[in-house]
Amino acid sequence: MSDGGSRGTAVEARPEQARWEAAPPGPRAVATFQVFRGDRTGGELRAYQVPVTEGMVVLDAIHYIQHHLDSTLACRWNCKAAKCGSCSAEVNGRPRLMCKTRVDEFGGQPITVRPIKVFPLIKDLVTDVSWNYRVNKEIPPFAPAPGDAGPWRMHPEDVERLFEFRRCIECFLCQDVCHVLREHRGTDRYYGPRFMVRIAALEMHPKDTASREELLHGKGGIGYCNITKCCEEVCPEHITITDNAIIPLKERVADAFYDPWRALLRRLRGRKEPRGT
Amino acid sequence: MAEHTATHSAAADLPWWLQPAATVTILTAFGLYAIWAALQGHGYVAPYLSPFYSPPVTIAGIPISPAWWVLWGPFGFRATCYYYRKAYYRSYFLDPVACMIPESRRRYGGETAWPFIVNNVHRYFLYVAIIVLAFLWRDTVETFFPGGHFAVHAGSLLFLVNVVLLSGYTFGCHAFRHVAGGNLDCFSCARGGRLRYGLWQRVTALNQRHAQWAWASLFSVALADVYVRLLMAGAMPDPRLF
Repeated sequence: MSDGGSRGTAVEARPEQARWEAAPPGPRAVATFQVFRGDRTGGELRAYQVPVTEGMVVLDAIHYIQHHLDSTLACRWNCKAAKCGSCSAEVNGRPRLMCKTRVDEFGGQPITVRPIKVFPLIKDLVTDVSWNYRVNKEIPPFAPAPGDAGPWRMHPEDVERLFEFRRCIECFLCQDVCHVLREHRGTDRYYGPRFMVRIAALEMHPKDTASREELLHGKGGIGYCNITKCCEEVCPEHITITDNAIIPLKERVADAFYDPWRALLRRLRGRKEPRGT
Repeated sequence: MAEHTATHSAAADLPWWLQPAATVTILTAFGLYAIWAALQGHGYVAPYLSPFYSPPVTIAGIPISPAWWVLWGPFGFRATCYYYRKAYYRSYFLDPVACMIPESRRRYGGETAWPFIVNNVHRYFLYVAIIVLAFLWRDTVETFFPGGHFAVHAGSLLFLVNVVLLSGYTFGCHAFRHVAGGNLDCFSCARGGRLRYGLWQRVTALNQRHAQWAWASLFSVALADVYVRLLMAGAMPDPRLF
């Protein structure tokens, strides 16, 4: 994290600065950035004029502002390669990674950069995402059968579904766009799409023996998701969050809580039917 | 709100309200048409039985249109379908009308409260829909044998297209995907796991286009009924192709 031009920015600044200074002489394109400045007590959009370089992304512009125009601007970033999930923001109203959002796609229009709305604001573009880490701790971790600690021989058909879930970079853009968390302030009722993906990865693992259906049905709040698929639309890793994680989990919850036939079978057999058999 | 209009890269040039407005218009029009067709009380002209009336069910002493005994199943299947849920939550209930668009409704229970909690029994409507689909396949085959001899008419092709689209929609359903193999954690160690894995993969391929199957089959089923009614009214011939 770099608040006000500290740490990472100083390291990253040199090549960017060199690119700007090495640009050919003559009139340069300039983009107008409306960047949110403020903290929990309030704030406003402030306009900055930033010279555009070839291949420039929004995070480059934020760095330019930090280095040349206002060193007090705070933003969180790390890899600048769309892999660490740190530089999430709302760019022209859409949750995006700033490092993956090219400036030229806006065609010279003003670019508005706001912090992600769903989490408490710390300063400028930096929000407090620690709620996610607390939620993560509430999810029972991977639990292989006792005495079956591996190493395991895994069949491709058993793990194929899980690869997609492992691509998640925890940028929390899906949490930001989820209307249950965002518009209905549902952090007390619903874990959000990110953790549906995490639970799906655990629940579908062939070696996992824990059951998280009660958690999903209860505190996890999967019933609050009404599958409007906004989370899928913003995922920078293109994870099919709704179709491959949330809906399969909803069906599993339906198995456990809403299917009278399965409930009857469970009663007759006196136990829950084991998965994967 | 103006800045929120740039939220959908796939349709950046279209206003955000266009898709929900189109959904409301089409689904409402289809619903009204289905009610009107059901109220007619009949939908058969040899060899075509309207899909709204298949299978033909009558119960002695209850003088209502046979369509009502059938339509609740496919209606329930579509109403609880995961794709249509997205469509009507966005379009009719504005929950949300589009991503990142602020909502005015404060109370929200999602699918944890009446009436949307009923969506959790989607699989039972799937089972009913599969039974209805079996009858539609039978009806379609019969349209190729009018008078006991094989012939291909424009209507029989329309019925074939309709039942193929309905099959693609029904067997690409998320609940069917779950039953086919999605409920397993371990394909390699389950009984019949390899077979179920193959089935699950095929259902997944259909499921990836579930929305397109849903819309195409909605139009085709209405078109098949319109065709039958035009034939019943003598408004058009049923050309024999070969």
